[in-house]
This record gives sequence, C-alpha cells and structure tokens, in this order.
Amino acid sequence: MNILSAKNIVKRYAGHTALNDVTVEIPEQSIYGLLGPNGAGKTSLIRIINQITGPDSGELYFMGEHLTQKHVEQIGYLPEERGLYKKMGVGEQALYLAQLKGMGKQEAKKKLKEWFEKFEMSAWWNKKVEELSKGMQQKVQFIVTVLHEPRLLILDEPFSGFDPINANLIKNEILDLKKKGSTILFSTHNMGSVEELCDNIALIHKSKKILDGSVKDIRKQYKSNVFELEFTGNMMGFTNAMWTGAELLEHTTDGEYNKARVKLLGKNSSNDLLQAIIPVAQIQSFREVVPSMNDIFIKVVGDKNILGTQSNFTE
Amino acid sequence: MTILGPILMAGIGIVPIYLSMQKTETQKIEVIDESFLFTYMSKDSVQKGLIPENDQVHFDYPPISIQDARAGFYETEYDGILYIPKVVLNGGQNGINLFYKKQLSNQVQEHIAGELQKMIFNLMLAQNKVDVNFIKDAKEKSTFSMITTRVDEKGKDKKTNTGLNIAIGLICAFLIYFFIFMYGVQVMRGVMEEKTNRIVEVILSSVKPFQLMMGKIIGVALVGLTQFLLWVVFTGALYTVASATLLKNVDIKQIQQKEQVIKVGADLNYNQMKQNPKQNEITQLWNDFKGINMLEILLCFMFYFLGGYLMYSALFAAVGSAVDSEADTQQFMMPITIPLVLSFVVAQTIIQNPESSMAFWFSVVPLTSPIVMMVRLPFGVPAWEMWLSMSMLVLGFLFTTWLAARIYRTGILMYGKKVTWKELGKWLFYKG
Repeated sequence: MNILSAKNIVKRYAGHTALNDVTVEIPEQSIYGLLGPNGAGKTSLIRIINQITGPDSGELYFMGEHLTQKHVEQIGYLPEERGLYKKMGVGEQALYLAQLKGMGKQEAKKKLKEWFEKFEMSAWWNKKVEELSKGMQQKVQFIVTVLHEPRLLILDEPFSGFDPINANLIKNEILDLKKKGSTILFSTHNMGSVEELCDNIALIHKSKKILDGSVKDIRKQYKSNVFELEFTGNMMGFTNAMWTGAELLEHTTDGEYNKARVKLLGKNSSNDLLQAIIPVAQIQSFREVVPSMNDIFIKVVGDKNILGTQSNFTE
Repeated sequence: MTILGPILMAGIGIVPIYLSMQKTETQKIEVIDESFLFTYMSKDSVQKGLIPENDQVHFDYPPISIQDARAGFYETEYDGILYIPKVVLNGGQNGINLFYKKQLSNQVQEHIAGELQKMIFNLMLAQNKVDVNFIKDAKEKSTFSMITTRVDEKGKDKKTNTGLNIAIGLICAFLIYFFIFMYGVQVMRGVMEEKTNRIVEVILSSVKPFQLMMGKIIGVALVGLTQFLLWVVFTGALYTVASATLLKNVDIKQIQQKEQVIKVGADLNYNQMKQNPKQNEITQLWNDFKGINMLEILLCFMFYFLGGYLMYSALFAAVGSAVDSEADTQQFMMPITIPLVLSFVVAQTIIQNPESSMAFWFSVVPLTSPIVMMVRLPFGVPAWEMWLSMSMLVLGFLFTTWLAARIYRTGILMYGKKVTWKELGKWLFYKG
C-alpha cells in the first residue's frame, strides 16, 4: 500500500508554474528520494504534502484517505532551512514542538530524555538554543522531527550542516526508523546517499516529474551495454576479435595488462562478446558498468539550465 | 520592562514629593524694620516680630540700623537680612530688600514675599477704613463654579462636568493609542522573528498559518493584559510602600494643602484657606464623577481597546510576515501608523466639539474609531451612533484579519525578495 499518493498536482505562482501535473506514489516502509536541480519544485511539493500550502489542483491521499489536517500528527517534517527560537531553552522548546504534533506532555518529556541520552546531549536541556553550535541545533531539530514517531518522515536535505560523524549517526537513525515501520521521503542533491539509502526515487525538473521508479530499475534502465574488462594478452588481437560486435570506448595498457571499456552493438549479448574474446585474451575480470545515480541525474537533467528557473521560494 | 516599569512609574510619583520633603536647615533672617509696622515694642521694650515663621525661616528683630547689620553681616550667624524701609505702603514696598550670603531657597523667598504682601494688603485696607471682613465675605460669596447640564432626548437633565469629561476621554484615548502601538509592534516583531529564524516552516507543518497568526495576536494580547495588570498592582503597591517608608512622618494631604496655600500666597485670609471651598470642590468633583456612567465607559473601553488592537495587530502581523528585516518594515508601517497617529491628533480637536460631523465620521470609520469614540463617550453619544461604530469596528476587524491572513500565509514563506505593494496585492488572490 502506498502511504502517500499525490496525484496530478499543479501549483502556480504569479508568473511561473512550480509544479506541473506531478504524480508521486510513495510505498509504505520505504525510503523515497525526491531529486531535482535547484528550483525544480521539490520544496513546493514537500510543502503541499505538509499542507503548508495547498495545490491549485490535484489530490493527495494518506494511506488511502484524503489528506487532511488530522494527518499532521503522523507526519514529521525537517525543512532544509531550519531554525529554532533562539532565546528559548532547548528542552522547553522541544517539548512545545512535540506537543504541537499532538503528544502529551509527560510522554513527550520521557521520550525526549531518551533521545537526549542517546545522542549524548542531556546536558543541553536547560541551555538556550543560541548557546548551541549549528550542528547541535540540527540534532535537536532532528529529534523533534522524529519524536512523535511519524509514519511518514519528510526530510529536506537532512545531511546538510552535519559533520561526517553526525551525518552517519543520522543515516543510521533513518535506516533504523525504516526498520521500525516508518516511511521516509527525502530530498537531496547528494546522489551518493540516494544510492545508499533510497528504494525509490522521483526526479523533478522544471516543475515536471521526468523520472521515477525503484533505484535498481532505473539504474538497470539507464545502463547502456557497457562492459569493463581486465585481461592480459595482445591488444591488437583483442580489437580484431571484437570487430563488429562491439565498440571499444577506451582502454589502458600496462605491458601485458590491459583494461578496456566496450559497448555492445546490435543484439549482441555479453556472452557473445566473451566467446569472441576468450581465444585471444586471458580474462581477469569482466563486469557490466551500471551508471551511478549521479550519471543518470546529469544525463536526464542535461547540461541545459541546470541552475534552474528563477523561483521566489527557497529550494 | 514588566518589573522595571512599575518601579519607574512609582518613582515618578514619589521622588518629587520625597525631594520636596527633604528638610532644609532653618534659615535665620534678621529683620531691620524701619517702618515698625511688622514689629512692636512691649513694656519691657523687647522687640517682637509679627511676620509668620515656618520650619524653614526664623526671624530675629535686633534693634540695630541697617548699616550696622550689613557691616557685621559676615560675623553673624544670620543667613539673611530683611530690610524694610520707613515708608512701606503706597509703592514704598518696592524698597523692601532681602540681603543674603548664600542663595536662599525659592520657598524661603516666596514665603517672605507672600507674608509681607498679605500684611501690607490688610494694612492698606485698615488705613482706608475698609472692613476686612467685608472684603473677605464678598470674595467668598462671589466665587462659584458654573453648572452645566445636558438635556437628553427624553428631556431629562443630566449634570455634566466638561473638564472631567475631557480628562476621562483623553486618558482612555491615550491608553488605547499607546497599547495598540506597543503591542502591535510586538506582534510584528514576533512574526518577523519566527520568519527570520526559520522556525515557522516547522510550526506550519503542525498548524495552519491562520492559527499561528491569530495565536500570536491573542497571545500578545494576553501578555499585554497581564503586563498591564501587573503594572497597576505593582505601581500601586510600590507607591504605598515607598510613601509609607520614605515619607513616614508626613501626611501627604497636608503637604498638598500647604502647597496650595503657598501658591495662593496673596490671598486674604490664611486660615480660611485650610477649610471649606477646596473641600466643596472635591465633593462636587466626586459627585460629577458618580454622575458619569463609569460601567458604560469601562465596557466601551474594553471593547474599543480589544477591537482596535485586534484590527491593528493583524495588519502589523501582515507587515511582519512580508519583510525580511526590521529595516524593510518602514514602507509598510506608514499606512498603519498614519490613521493611528491621525486619530490621536484629531481626538484633541474633537474634544473641543464632540458633536461635530468630523467627530461623527472619525468615530465611525473603523481605523480611527477606537481612539476618537473614547474621547466622545464621556460627553454622551446617541445609541445608534454607538451601534454603528461598534458594528463597523467588528466588520473592520474581520476584514483586516482576512486581508492580513492572506498576506501572512504567503509572506511568511517568502525569503530574499524585496516585496512591493503590487506583489502584496497579488498575494491576496493566491489559492490556499
């Protein structure tokens, strides 16, 4: 079952369209990546899912029901540009924000204490937010976002502002939350973390969704029959053997040792290639080159207008 | 400010009284009375004085000439020499001279001049064979304060006191003006704070923009009321405690009466002043005060205060949401502050003529009515005008809140853009 379906969402602002007929289906208990260049419309979509703004047209469903205000208690949101009341105490503020999400005071207090201990920050409870470093504030914000155990967790660039150690801590928490049954929608530019974490993605470009599906399928879909071979033997013999079945893209030679990237042509399979080469070369490794998400992103979005359209809103 | 305010307020009340009560040393003055009108010789030929003394001045009457007195002035303990020339009536009083070493306080100088003037006045009456008692009597019986009576629609008479009405109206108007400004700006700052530190997006994922805005407005109103009550209580308490300890031995009423007496100075009879007319005036004022429908004024004050505050603070919230920094607020603040300041200025003219058509229009238009109506109220306002003004205020409040909410929900999420009026207009028509 899909925890969230956004169907045919359109959002216009004066002078430009932020979302043009975007449909997104987020399966339950998965990690869903929302990708796209700056200004593509990611934050607009996230705000609509959070019911901060409404769509001009289109419909939203949460676990099959129409999305309404009562669902906010089941959603946790960590915006990209995040802040806290600077003059307010850390613990007091976390309690307040938890209660806004419908938690009881005692329950919230108990859980907060647990999280504060887990992240080794119990000593901060009575400090004012302005006394904390930016990284510390981010931790507080993360805790506040997940405290009420939302079924859907929306994280906008969750790793920005964290040092590698804390980023890892957060990453593990995200995986842990998924294991416990939460669904995570996260928006990022960091393609490495997409490959590492996401089950599914949607790519939005210039207000339109131009690609979606599971990460595995997409990478499969974008592979272009390129194989990498390492072998010892005569390079000349190797090229002759390939002749019409495949095209040599690049190669390096280090004495007897060769490394080559070849692209299969026509209907030839990897087995055909191997059969042709085995007689002339001693193969050490053979693997298919699967494109990284980064490659796919660049390929799909293209080098045209990567900076995106102008937008009134922060992305 | 919650704590400091009352201390300052109480201080303003107490310090002047405390200072005025600081006992100065009694000044010793030697009187050289060449006219012998202010001295007399008894059988044992000791000179005695007639000029009344108080705890600040003491007079001695040494039987020496002014030349001797001046020559030996610095060898004596006297702080001053009061010289009264031989002829002191019919213009001769201009020769009266007070010599001193160090500056004598204003109060001492006034005391001496005042007492002498009174005595000379009485002497002149006696010299011309005018009965002092007659003058006293005539003066007493000719003073009056005019009764003003309002005749209402039913032909019933209603006693009024214009001065009191003006005072009540202006105080109420000022309080409303002051609080709308103070708490309105507080709402604006609060909204801007939430916007600039970016917590607003987190909160908006839990509540609707309208709820957040109204929450802020109502919250600040409650803070304001609490602060106001604390001020009243603290100031009252501090004033009582401070005056009890600092001015332990002094009866405040006595001081005030004394001050009155000093001011009146040249009046006929010193003793008579202490008694009745003042007393009558106070009872009269109290009666007039009771004549005004205080409950009505209080209820209207609450209504116009709340209505005005809600209306203006919604606009202040909209401004706060539309800008990124305090510096950008100026252009949007203008249209809000102008009606507010204008109504306060106009109120001071209207109070001279509370039934003019200008008064009517300003007390019906919602942006100016909270202040202007309060000024008119103590003078009596026809019921239909009240209802019109109140309903207009409610409509005005609903309209500005609607307007503000539309600007707010877009502005609060808009960063890094210098907003123009045209832009604000567009925001009104965005969907959801």
